[in-house]
Amino acid sequence: MSKLILTPNLDKADDVYADLLTAHEGKSKAESDAFNARLILILANHIGDREVLAQALAAADLPQD
Amino acid sequence: MNAIFETPLYPYTRVADQQSAAPARHKVVIIGAGPVGLTLALDLALQGIETLILDDNDKVSFGSRAICFAKRPLEILDRLGAAKPMVDKGVVWNLGKVFFDDRQVYDFNLLPEDGHAFPAFINLQQYYFEHDLIARIREVEAQGAPIEIRGGSRVSALSQHADHTSLTVETPDGPYAIEADWVVACDGAGSPTRSLMGLDFVGRVFEDNFLIADVRMDAEFPTERWFWFDPPFNRGQSALLHKQPDGVWRIDLQLGWDIDKEVEKRPENVIPRLKAMLGEDVKFELEWVSIYTFQCRRMEKFRHGRVIFAGDSAHQVSPFGARGANSGVQDADNLGWKLAAVITGDAPEALLDSYDVERVQGADENILNSSRSTDFITPKSEMSRLFRDAVLDLSEHYAFARPLVNSGRLSVPCVHDGSPLNTPDALPGGPARSRPGAPCPDAPLGNGFLLSQIGGDFALLAIGQEPPQIEGLRSVNLANATPQMAERYLGSAPRALYLIRPDQHVAARWESADADTIRAAHARALGKTVKEEA
Repeated sequence: MSKLILTPNLDKADDVYADLLTAHEGKSKAESDAFNARLILILANHIGDREVLAQALAAADLPQD
Repeated sequence: MNAIFETPLYPYTRVADQQSAAPARHKVVIIGAGPVGLTLALDLALQGIETLILDDNDKVSFGSRAICFAKRPLEILDRLGAAKPMVDKGVVWNLGKVFFDDRQVYDFNLLPEDGHAFPAFINLQQYYFEHDLIARIREVEAQGAPIEIRGGSRVSALSQHADHTSLTVETPDGPYAIEADWVVACDGAGSPTRSLMGLDFVGRVFEDNFLIADVRMDAEFPTERWFWFDPPFNRGQSALLHKQPDGVWRIDLQLGWDIDKEVEKRPENVIPRLKAMLGEDVKFELEWVSIYTFQCRRMEKFRHGRVIFAGDSAHQVSPFGARGANSGVQDADNLGWKLAAVITGDAPEALLDSYDVERVQGADENILNSSRSTDFITPKSEMSRLFRDAVLDLSEHYAFARPLVNSGRLSVPCVHDGSPLNTPDALPGGPARSRPGAPCPDAPLGNGFLLSQIGGDFALLAIGQEPPQIEGLRSVNLANATPQMAERYLGSAPRALYLIRPDQHVAARWESADADTIRAAHARALGKTVKEEA
């Protein structure tokens, strides 16, 4: 079973974060929401592994403790 | 108005049972002469089981209703000798188009697999389906099959006893009493039988209304399935256009929840909606208009002693995916041989519990698929709509998103994994699609097709070997597999032996097996207790 990576995995993390913000610049809230939904679907397809996605869905809910 | 709706096919007539001093006893009484009841009756009668169908009406059902019949039900009807006129009349379609807002986002081809006797789907009005079934029933009746249809006969009371059920039948001449060894209720989603027995039918209600209009038009729309999400002519809602025989088109318009059904059904309100969709210049004639809401629900159990439920009386789904009539015909297929085997004493009564297990599994699969389609078509929350629209927008540009578009997952038969009738898979390398519990995939064989040679008895299909001769099993031997047979039945195995049930589902498979092993699997598939091998 593939394991979701939750340790640092991005080369140039600051650049990637800036890219995300740039992509949303000039968009209304509704446009940004739609953009995010499309982005999630594109990334989910790229990952292509329901098991990993399930771990990501759980991780996104943040640990309850 | 189509004359088919006006013609009584089994008008009420007086019968000897009405004068009988003691209630006449029948083997099987089927309540309801719809697609499911008629299929089951035909199946039983062809096996020599005396079958009486009671229906409060005497005609085919009014309006097109179920219009999409899938391959597996057609294969079942073919086994019963009724499929040919349906396929000859039906419209075969493979192309679909999906529209979002004011544009087409993509089109698709179902690309049906080669080497099957029947197409993936045909579109055919339910009234033709019923009409053809009744014609076939009349044919086998004339040949001496023990089958009778009584119209104008409504079951108004029913009580179960240890070895039979008593029924009261209301007729234009008043009530009379009969008894039945077995009763099968095929009386639809509103099943009066279920109500008479006080049984629950729980599930999820979808707060939505859909307008169905059947229109006759001489328009040049191609033979395709067109589905619209949020089109300009029906903002915020969905629409479907689908071709039926005789130049009749099915139009399905989502209306939302807060509407006045009676007002919306009036032609002066329906016609402008259709003109907005079809164009002002298209000439059409309304054949049938109906507004429906739907639920996804099922009975907890389909067998209640000697009363068994099949079709919509047992389970109800949304129309998306054509899983209503199609699954009901599969209920009949599953029940027909089991009930016959119990009645003739070939199998213990426990075999009927496997009907419950297997068809509850089928119903749950259909409810799951149909609920998911409904959630895609009519998003229930802001976030659900956001993702739905994201999928549709992406589908216009990227192929990956197209499988996520869900305007109905069209009916495919259930694989009865885990059924108590299955013997564990013993064909290493065998294809998953023909594992124990699966319906046999058809394939060309000689001058015909495999399924017609398997027929409706227990069969032993041997590929690349001389099988042991076993009494009570029809033998189909294939010295060498054609490429399609190899792909569908061998996989990477060098040879194979399949034990196939009368409903053409795989009961067991081996690379090879001795007579005792095959007999044990046969006994298990008949619901007999089989001693487990250590």
